[in-house]
Amino acid sequence: MKSARNHKLAFWLTFCPPTLWMLIFLLVPILIIGIFSFSAKQGLVDISASWVLDNHIRAFDPVYLSVFFKSIGIAALTTLICFLIGFPVAIGIASAPKSWKPVLLMIVVLPFWVNLLIRTYALIAVFRTRGFFNFSLEWVANLFGIPFEPLTLLYNDAAVILGLVYIHLPFMILPLYAGFEGFNKSLLEAASDLGAQQFKIITAIVLPIMAPSIISGCILVFIPALGSFLTPELLGGPSSQMIANVIERQFLAANDWPFGSALSMMLIYLTFGALALRYFWLRRRNFSSTENKP
Amino acid sequence: MELFPGGHLSRRQFLAGTGAAAAGLSLFPSSTWSYEAAKLNFYNWDTYIGETTLKDFTEVSGINVKMDLFSENDELFAKLKAGNPGYDLIVPSSDYVERMILADMLMPLDNSAIPNRSNIQDSFLDVSFDPGRKFSLPYMWGTMGVGYRKSKMDGIPDSWKWLFDSDRHKGKCALLSEASDVLGAVFKYMGYSVNTKDPKIIKDAEKLLINQKPNIKVFAPDNGQDLLLSGEVDITMEWNGDILQAMEEDPDISYVVPNEGSIVWEDALAIPRGAPHPRNAHRFINFLLEAEAGAKIAEFIQYATPNMAAKQLMPANYINNPAIYPSEQTLSSCESAVYLGADVVRLYEEAWSRVLAA
Repeated sequence: MKSARNHKLAFWLTFCPPTLWMLIFLLVPILIIGIFSFSAKQGLVDISASWVLDNHIRAFDPVYLSVFFKSIGIAALTTLICFLIGFPVAIGIASAPKSWKPVLLMIVVLPFWVNLLIRTYALIAVFRTRGFFNFSLEWVANLFGIPFEPLTLLYNDAAVILGLVYIHLPFMILPLYAGFEGFNKSLLEAASDLGAQQFKIITAIVLPIMAPSIISGCILVFIPALGSFLTPELLGGPSSQMIANVIERQFLAANDWPFGSALSMMLIYLTFGALALRYFWLRRRNFSSTENKP
Repeated sequence: MELFPGGHLSRRQFLAGTGAAAAGLSLFPSSTWSYEAAKLNFYNWDTYIGETTLKDFTEVSGINVKMDLFSENDELFAKLKAGNPGYDLIVPSSDYVERMILADMLMPLDNSAIPNRSNIQDSFLDVSFDPGRKFSLPYMWGTMGVGYRKSKMDGIPDSWKWLFDSDRHKGKCALLSEASDVLGAVFKYMGYSVNTKDPKIIKDAEKLLINQKPNIKVFAPDNGQDLLLSGEVDITMEWNGDILQAMEEDPDISYVVPNEGSIVWEDALAIPRGAPHPRNAHRFINFLLEAEAGAKIAEFIQYATPNMAAKQLMPANYINNPAIYPSEQTLSSCESAVYLGADVVRLYEEAWSRVLAA
């Protein structure tokens, strides 16, 4: 059989579509945003590429930096909570009976069938002052004759994090599940035969072996959470703006596309930074593990 | 961001119509407009036309109207800024009419094709944002004010104080989320013009809002009426039409324009440059300004109409509703927002970013 490398037509047919896709829908738009970010506004509608640094310098204003730090904090907390929930869930699905697995995975993926905007409005209906959650609490309180005051659950940072965890949890569960599927269970038996405690097994065996899956899951949650717009817009309180909300205002209300682009570029740098960290970590790990081989 | 329904318009579709040979009958001798297909692409706000208006127009004229919806002026402006994607008629608010005139994005109107212009109240024909009304005609107008739940208030909250400078409704009040709307009202509360440009006053307004922030539940992106209806807040800053819709659903909700004055707005009909069917757009504008068509729209959407002939057909409970037509005295304290130039817009937005980040 001829190898794909020798088969020129097959090579080009498989190579071109994804490359063109990346070029047209990823690199060119980023390039355009990049050019905008070094441009200046000319009147109300025009933008001239004048290669100025003003927009980037302005992006380092303490106000915008504080919004960046806040966004990073919210995204990091979201990632952590997703991991704490997703890790046991992924173990659960991976160790479930074979016939159950497709059903359990389906349940994890099912929310994707509903539009994000509609799911967010559904969250509002559940958690608002006169929403289903407070109604349920009230019902329970009445059963026990406890006086009930509805809880304020929406329009604060906690609501934003709750919304983000809800939306991004599948992105954490799926790579972790894939990792556990390939996990050699006899290692666990060996460890416990040799006297390791539960906690020790997890820290010394499961986490190191699962690290690549964990990092993939964290990246898949952290990056979209960092740039989330809709969730803070609809569930957030007066102080919950994230960087994407500021960017949206620059493109719309402020009509300042160059500055909006500069803020977007900062977000893109952060994203590439996170991906680069993952790359270097994996490279070092592969390097050291080959070195340790006898 | 595609939050609104309706697909993109195909450019080719319009070119097919406008470029076609057939010398159609021209109503306008001086016109250079070529034959137009019996189509019209209308870009309008949501819930902002009579229930049967589009159908009625098609019956009279044979022109099919396709309506797309936008939810913010910024969205309309951003969409047309890079070139008209094929719209024939748009409904920008007054300050955006001004922006679009400055940016040469609107087509001058041919008044001879709009005889129903005579139905418009005189005061709407002389406006600062479009001197002489060369590019736009008024569609509907209204005020920004305070929507509230009567049973939770002591008396009528007829001052901005309750929203900007008081903890009386801590955790139970909402403000709008656009910098210019909120700052405009704060300026009024502080005794200045809605269109203040002074950086020092803008800074003071920013401080006032930052002080008030712990009492504010949310900066609502134009959904204050839903927050009121669901009991999430008791008092909110909103546009009158939104609160009027809530008032119909819940008699405990009411609306007032604060004594300090507020923003009075007008949405105008205008034809963007590059419109493929400008002649049809003129016919449609003329139709909207008819007495009966105008009354049907006002009846359904419950905004104040500048169309005097339509107003005469309206029932007393519409004409006498202070939430639709505020008293002359209240109106005299209100101002319309004008476009203040890129530098002031930037000052507003920066102040607003600091308020939100504080």
